[in-house]
Amino acid sequence: MISVQNVHKSFGDLEVLKGVSLDVEKGEVVSIIGGSGSGKSTLLYCINAIEPINSGKILVDGVDVHAKETNKDKLRQKLGMVFQQWNSFPHMTVLENAALAPRIVKKMSKEEAIEIAKKELEHVGLGDKLDVYPTKMSGGQQQRLAIARALAMKPDYMLLDEVTSALDPELVGEVLDTLRLLAEEGMTMICVTHEMGFARDVSDRVAYFHQGVIAEIGEARQVITDPQNPLTQKFLSKVR
Amino acid sequence: MDYEFHWNIVFQNMPELLNGAFVTLHVSVLAMLLGVVIAILLAIAKMNNSKPFCYVATVWVEIARNTPALFQIYMAYFGLGAFGIHLSPYVAVLSALVFINAGYLTETFRGGFQSIPTTQYSASKSLGMTSIQAYRYIILPQMLRRIYHPMTNQFVWSILMSSLGILVGMSELSGTTQRLQSLSFRTLEFFIVAAVMYFIITKLVLFSSSLLARRLFKGEI
Ligand SMILES: Nc1ncnc2c1ncn2[C@@H]1O[C@H](COP(=O)(O)OP(=O)(O)O)[C@@H](O)[C@H]1O
Ligand SMILES: [Mg+2]
Repeated sequence: MISVQNVHKSFGDLEVLKGVSLDVEKGEVVSIIGGSGSGKSTLLYCINAIEPINSGKILVDGVDVHAKETNKDKLRQKLGMVFQQWNSFPHMTVLENAALAPRIVKKMSKEEAIEIAKKELEHVGLGDKLDVYPTKMSGGQQQRLAIARALAMKPDYMLLDEVTSALDPELVGEVLDTLRLLAEEGMTMICVTHEMGFARDVSDRVAYFHQGVIAEIGEARQVITDPQNPLTQKFLSKVR
Repeated sequence: MDYEFHWNIVFQNMPELLNGAFVTLHVSVLAMLLGVVIAILLAIAKMNNSKPFCYVATVWVEIARNTPALFQIYMAYFGLGAFGIHLSPYVAVLSALVFINAGYLTETFRGGFQSIPTTQYSASKSLGMTSIQAYRYIILPQMLRRIYHPMTNQFVWSILMSSLGILVGMSELSGTTQRLQSLSFRTLEFFIVAAVMYFIITKLVLFSSSLLARRLFKGEI
């Protein structure tokens, strides 16, 4: 379980998270929607300990993410993260991209790492691209590679930050299909997204972020189709 | 045209010329190795905002890049000599080349490093890599690809510039050529052969460098 408890986070004088609390159960899919600059990405970075927090607490399976004694590199093995910009490693083939972390972080044998990487690449539909360099692939394919690369670490949670926002419209579908598949398989996910249809159909709950706080959270279909907070209503009427 | 070429005398002196060529290669390789080590330190100093180190690095880079190589060599040989520090011609030329290589390579390394998006680092960290692993497997290999050609060029430049050793009586290829031609008066022959030897050396360097690149970078370059 991921438990975010009254988290405050500032960049200099700018307070970006103003007391955010959110519990995500194992197997649950939570989508985060909201205007740009409202702190959605920052929350994911704080959960992954890429950014420190100012106050509050984040627990992942009971481990305090930001405690001094926590081994953050180790903790991140549980938390797969995919970014808006796909960040494939351009000097490695698709297979090497996915096999590297299992090999050097989890210290698997080369054969084991390659086997897992191949399986995850097939999982996201890249089984025929193993020896291709990522720069030769479309954005959608590179984004699926990023997902497979994260999955190869066998994470318990996936944090996805607007993974379709930088894609050409015709490539969005293939990536959303991959995420849908993961959701059906029971992966626990927090997805920051602008795809309202995806948020409504795939997630269990939707949280609406507004200026560093969760202004509304509830059952997915209800928040998207019948929001209670006037701020959510206003936001949704604009993105539709 | 009534100049008559006499090549025999040149070939008789081939062992000495080859020896000169060896010294040329020797001094350039050493100047490159030392230059790389110092450039790494200077680049780190320039990127860290620790004032005194950053200042030293900036002054070094600016002087090395904006004054003639000839001046550096004279400073090392005659300039230091005036203060009672007497360097041999070899050491004087070596120090000047190291100084310049370090200056240029600092900027090459800094540019190469800064050209790698910081998101490559966060992506590595998000996979559970330690900082050292992120540098070892992701940042540095990409950086090496970008600085490889500039480094090769710098090496070729060092080989050619070491010919300035002639001015302080160093017996590398040019100095040796100079001495031999003044003994025999076959100026043109000796310098033509020396030029061909420089050409062969630099071509060999470029060729082996691209062979090595192909092995290191698996046909990506
Ligand atoms: N590293 C950073 N340094 C300073 N300000 C930042 C940094 N990252 C994000 N911000 C600021 O924090 C606010 C929230 O950013 P972000 O979490 O990226 O929003 P969102 O993902 O909802 O669009 C923005 O105003 C942004 O400019
Ligand atoms: Mg964002």
